Amino acid sequence: MQGINITVTVLIASAVLSYLIAFIAGFGRLSNNIFIRKFTGFYVEVFRGTSLIVQLFWFYYALPGLFDIHLATDFWAAVIAIAMNYGAYMSEIVRGSILSVAKGQREAATALNMSRFQRMRLVILPQAVRMMLPEFGNYLIQMLKATSLVSLVGLTDILYHGDVFRSTHLSLAPTVYILILIFYFILALPLIWLTRWAEKQSSKGVASE
Amino acid sequence: MAKPIAVYNDVHKSFGEVEVLKGIDLEIAPAEKVALIGPSGSGKTTIIRMLMTLEQPTSGTIVVDGQYLWHMEKNGELVPANEKHLRQVRGDIGMVFQHFNLFPHMSILENCMVAPINVKGVPKKEARQRSVEMLEKVGLGDKLDDYPSQLSGGQKQRVAMARALVMRPKIMLFDEVTSALDPELVGEVLEVIRDIAREGEMAMVLVTHEMDFARDIADRVVFLDEGRIAEQGTPEQVLENSESERLNSFLSRFRS
Repeated sequence: MQGINITVTVLIASAVLSYLIAFIAGFGRLSNNIFIRKFTGFYVEVFRGTSLIVQLFWFYYALPGLFDIHLATDFWAAVIAIAMNYGAYMSEIVRGSILSVAKGQREAATALNMSRFQRMRLVILPQAVRMMLPEFGNYLIQMLKATSLVSLVGLTDILYHGDVFRSTHLSLAPTVYILILIFYFILALPLIWLTRWAEKQSSKGVASE
Repeated sequence: MAKPIAVYNDVHKSFGEVEVLKGIDLEIAPAEKVALIGPSGSGKTTIIRMLMTLEQPTSGTIVVDGQYLWHMEKNGELVPANEKHLRQVRGDIGMVFQHFNLFPHMSILENCMVAPINVKGVPKKEARQRSVEMLEKVGLGDKLDDYPSQLSGGQKQRVAMARALVMRPKIMLFDEVTSALDPELVGEVLEVIRDIAREGEMAMVLVTHEMDFARDIADRVVFLDEGRIAEQGTPEQVLENSESERLNSFLSRFRS
């Protein structure tokens, strides 16, 4: 079946971009600067509080129409919408994980005279990232499923091709959708394994007090 | 007394409405071993946490080796210290915590090496050598590549001491370092502290409930009560010959 490459490239691009956004926004919400904190807080609430498909339509139809902003290609409009949406959710994981590193770790790092940046880089982040991994894996699986929405803005992913095929072979509709489900599941399997591995990793090497 | 390495001058500390320290004046001489004793809530831990810059005094000053710790001089006036100033002054201070606070994602050798390399810029090879020596000294030379989760409480606390010592502080602070340990593990940790104390050149401030141990290694015992220094003197004066009722009722709890 064609379309798998579109689904996979949309997924990879959205995942990379959304993790990046998650870290930027997660740190933004922990910033000492009140404007950065409020701004990222606003971003997170807006993108968590509205539906992904509406955001997708915004990037695809509304932004070009209203402000004449064209996000390069259809592909990037879709990727940015998914990444902004999931980045907002995952920024909360980044923030929560950093905050949940035991207070004693920060204190020990201070007692060794580390700078604020060193405390974060050497002590807090390595532990926080281990806590983030399982949740990041869960969101990756969700993101895979969310990529099916891009068929609605004309990207030719698995679902799009399936729909096209079904419209010409109406009697095969059930078979087509079963096949699509199987394809998504096969794609999700390695991600599920990845998440399990991440859970194992995260259970090691984190201070538990 | 030689020029003191640390001086507290009328230091107050409040947490919200509660004033836990009500004016502390205290001088610590280089190489002096001071034991802080007192009932829980008397503020003894807060005293050393302020010296480690983990807690900011509400008022008063602390001077370390001739430099203000929590203040900087600017145009002849004292202003609150910034992060850079704190880093510069606290470099001479090390601390061991009640709950060890080892870094769980690093082996015990890495725990000891990380600060010399990153904070002091010691070459990796030398940092490694210093760390191995120190870990051997605390009796853990055969566990270099173990992770903290594989160690007993007593071993963890010995790693924590080695980690602080490789930074070669002029003052070491011990915050109830045996309180979280199983009774049978207390001895091995106290033994290491005794060894360090015997070497002599470093000042040590110990918050402790181990009275026999305090008598053994301290040059001076300071009794804190309700946020004030109520008594201080040699171990004999404070632990055996005091006439203070509060102190004696506190000490009686440790006699069996």
